[in-house]
Amino acid sequence: MGKKRAQSPPRPAVAEGDGASTSQTVEPPKEPRPPQKVFYCEVCSFPLEYCEFGSSLTKCKEWLKEEHPDLYDKYYSEEALTTKIGTLSLEAQAKLDKEAAKKEAKADAKADAALKKKLASQVTIKRIERTKRKHVTAIHGLEAFSIDLKKAAKQLAGRFATGASVTKNAQGLDEIVVQGDVSDEIFDMLEKGDGVLKGVPIANVEIVEDKKKKAE
Amino acid sequence: MFKKFSPATDIATHTPLKQSVQRNLRADILAQWAIEPETLEAVWPKKEGLVLVKCREHIAIYTVGAEPLFFQHFDGPYYPTLRFLHKYPYILPQVQVDRGAIRFLLAGAHMMCPGLTSPGGRLPPAEAAIPAERMVAIHAEGKEHAVGVGLTKLSTEEMKAVNKGVGVETACYLGDDLWALATL
Repeated sequence: MGKKRAQSPPRPAVAEGDGASTSQTVEPPKEPRPPQKVFYCEVCSFPLEYCEFGSSLTKCKEWLKEEHPDLYDKYYSEEALTTKIGTLSLEAQAKLDKEAAKKEAKADAKADAALKKKLASQVTIKRIERTKRKHVTAIHGLEAFSIDLKKAAKQLAGRFATGASVTKNAQGLDEIVVQGDVSDEIFDMLEKGDGVLKGVPIANVEIVEDKKKKAE
Repeated sequence: MFKKFSPATDIATHTPLKQSVQRNLRADILAQWAIEPETLEAVWPKKEGLVLVKCREHIAIYTVGAEPLFFQHFDGPYYPTLRFLHKYPYILPQVQVDRGAIRFLLAGAHMMCPGLTSPGGRLPPAEAAIPAERMVAIHAEGKEHAVGVGLTKLSTEEMKAVNKGVGVETACYLGDDLWALATL
């Protein structure tokens, strides 16, 4: 197995010379069929023709008009609109349009609410006393800013050369626990947006201390 | 199947598969899909290891280089993911639903017979009938690309005769949570 691997050249079309081609020895190795290119909308990720069923049609249209005017004409010109109705009756189409508009408004409202929630959510950096002069630092609420907690923990572990892990706290929510008192440094990192710790408004970050107060 | 699917909670394990298992899988897929070995080789090179991503409810997703290629439910057939199907639309037999059904399909509904038999829908002619329990690509009236992958619950001839109830069970569709996962 290992030998074969080492021999086979990187091009897949040629690589199947060492096994698959025995059944079809007469013909030269066939070229793989190239994949079909599909244009996906960058707003809703659907193929362009399905944008109209997504929840962001107006935005999709704007984007397409800007980026690919020729394709825009193909999908949203007058005649394209009339042909696509096809066998559906006019009333049914009107109903569909109405529902699409409703769906869009709903999606917008949802996005708004999500954004608001994101802006309002807090990140707390908590210094927790362990024994005597030893501390751990728990960071809570990073996931609201779509930060991958595992990656962030890894980065912090590397940065401070200490242990850092993702654990569930008493409320069953994930938080990052870093060993040692590094709360100020983490605050600075969040302010600068180091590595994966991006996109946290610094006004939403607060440092709290747990248990006995210590002189800074 | 993928109407609600979040990688954080629904994925159990990622495991690279043994070569012997991969060999069997490759043979199975060549038998189930109308795809040439060369083309499959191009998207899933032998050297590239296949990773099995086990999920809740007996769903297994197979990925190459973190990109989901196909998935399986229990011991069922290997469904190609929709992105894969868009690239190689000829690998599955096709059925078409009318325009009115698209909205429901995109909400995850199974496809009912009337949507397939109406003027906007299309089923293969009698001589090329698809039996029950086969994978099909679901296309839509006036659209070029597939909008879902499903399993026929009746043979296409039966659909035409009965014209009632579920005709094609939807496995994955445009805009479901599997679609949202470009990489795993």
